[in-house]
Amino acid sequence: MKPATDAIVQVDNVEKTFNSGVNAIHVMKNVSLAAYPGEILMLVGPSGCGKTTLLSAIAGTLKVESGSIIVFGQPLHSMSGSALTRFRANNIGFIFQQFNLIPTLSIAENVSVPLLIQGHSNRHAIKAAREALDSVGLADRWRERPNKLSGGQQQRVAIARALVHQPPLVICDEPTAALDSKNGEIVLDLFLNVARTPGRAVIIVTHDNRILSYADRIALMEDGEILGVTQQSHNIPPKFIHEHSSPTS
Amino acid sequence: MIGLALKMLFGDTAKYLMLVFGIFFATFLILQQLAIFCGLMLWTTSTLKNVNAPIYVVDPQVSQVNETTPMRDTDVARVRSVSNVRWAMPLFNGIQRVKLDNGAFKIIQLAGIDSASLAGAPATLVEGKLEDLRLPNTVIIDKLAVNFLSSDPDKPIKVGDQFEINDIEARVVGIAESMRSFTGGPYVWTTYERALQYAPPQRKMLSAVIAAPMPGVTLEAAAAEIEKQTGLRAYVNRDFSFDAPDDFNTMTVFWFVKNTSIPISFGTTVIVGLIVGIAISCQTFYAFVLDNLKHLGALKAMGMSNFRLSMMLVIQSMTVGLVGFGIGLLATAGFTFTAIKNGAPFFMPTIIPFAVFAAIQLICLFAATLGIIRLSLYEPAAVFRT
Repeated sequence: MKPATDAIVQVDNVEKTFNSGVNAIHVMKNVSLAAYPGEILMLVGPSGCGKTTLLSAIAGTLKVESGSIIVFGQPLHSMSGSALTRFRANNIGFIFQQFNLIPTLSIAENVSVPLLIQGHSNRHAIKAAREALDSVGLADRWRERPNKLSGGQQQRVAIARALVHQPPLVICDEPTAALDSKNGEIVLDLFLNVARTPGRAVIIVTHDNRILSYADRIALMEDGEILGVTQQSHNIPPKFIHEHSSPTS
Repeated sequence: MIGLALKMLFGDTAKYLMLVFGIFFATFLILQQLAIFCGLMLWTTSTLKNVNAPIYVVDPQVSQVNETTPMRDTDVARVRSVSNVRWAMPLFNGIQRVKLDNGAFKIIQLAGIDSASLAGAPATLVEGKLEDLRLPNTVIIDKLAVNFLSSDPDKPIKVGDQFEINDIEARVVGIAESMRSFTGGPYVWTTYERALQYAPPQRKMLSAVIAAPMPGVTLEAAAAEIEKQTGLRAYVNRDFSFDAPDDFNTMTVFWFVKNTSIPISFGTTVIVGLIVGIAISCQTFYAFVLDNLKHLGALKAMGMSNFRLSMMLVIQSMTVGLVGFGIGLLATAGFTFTAIKNGAPFFMPTIIPFAVFAAIQLICLFAATLGIIRLSLYEPAAVFRT
């Protein structure tokens, strides 16, 4: 395990319960976890084990009942709603399972959104968005609407959107769930590049066993608890590992 | 952010058009109905515009200009005797029947004015000479009468033509501009003495005394002095104004508002327009917000504040309001053009479009508020679960 002093994300003894009384669901039980610069950390486990809840808490979109979450030295567990909003805008890149691209905006406009949120001018945001699209191989399609793209291309747009404002932490929720193996490989290669950028880390929640070999560390969750964190023997896998043959591959 | 909000709005074409249609419909209904109502109310004061005089002196029982309680002819002299009065002239005003040359009857609004001064004569003649009214059996008709009193649509009445008022000959010597009367009949001017011949005889025939104050005396002061010295009711005739409840125009309009069901009829339609506007725009805008909740939630997760998201919704709703109102205003203008051409009552005081615009924007703000409430309850973490 890496030393705690290097951690950019430090989660300690976090508890979270949804609902109350007899309907209470204890989704996080005394969870502790750390993420370090330059790594891809994957959270794996069965459905309903609390992976996405933990990811939401690390991203500052969900308040926890007890414990502490410190990201880049900021105590997210005790920050106000508006401070959390500013924190997310400046420090976190989001990649959602269903991409969440706005269908009525062009690809470049979608990618420019985080910069607009930060208060940049539209002109600057579009210019930076086109550069970000270039880095994911979609420079020539910046005017198109998301529905003109394949699932893999849409996920690459989502990655460009997550990176356009150069956040030090990228949060991904099931990034390959809607992708075939070929597109999954492209996307994971992009994540590797991101994670290897100095000062950055990538945290991925996944069900997809095919991508586990890309992780530097894997945290296994079950019933709201971290059962263990494994260190991968190889940091950069040479090739996407196909455990199941994809129907499209 | 404005561009982002507008692109999200315009991108959902079906809902955008539905929203605009709802606002357009409400705007058109409200503007058009209010304008017709104002037009009708204006017509109730047409005598005051067509027989223009600064002060109308009437029987104390009279509370609006279309109501006539005849006075004695000697009341003219009583008003003239008031020190603040510069001049005072008799006026006959009443609805009479005209027999056309094909035997058909039509009603007219007959105004009998003083033959010497011609006080109360039409302000603008488009044909003929005012002085010819002093010739025997002569009348001046308004432009409406040109076709209204013609038995043949291809042969409108012209100067020199004749018709009969209560079986007495009337020869047209002039055609004047005028405002239409509330009863729908055209205005016909003649001298006071001849009007008394045209009208069926009664013991008292004087409808009103029209008067003007001495130089330097206000209308109100002169009217007050007339009332004090004669016991008659003297009304100032400026124009309708909420600030002048004693003006004869205002009194007349308020009388119709209080004593007829006209405001209820038009008011109901205006309220229906408002309800339809609120229902369509709120329901559709809320559906629009729900449809976009996933995307708005993603923006929230990515760090957009509730305030900025709220502003986006406000911009979207107010844009819909602006576009819908604009189209509604254009449609109303088109309707106005056609309506006025066909002689329908239509008058839109300047304040009405502004007031309706404010009401429409309030509706849109209300619709936006519903969306804002829904969005504020949406936790950014929910975006990971959808």
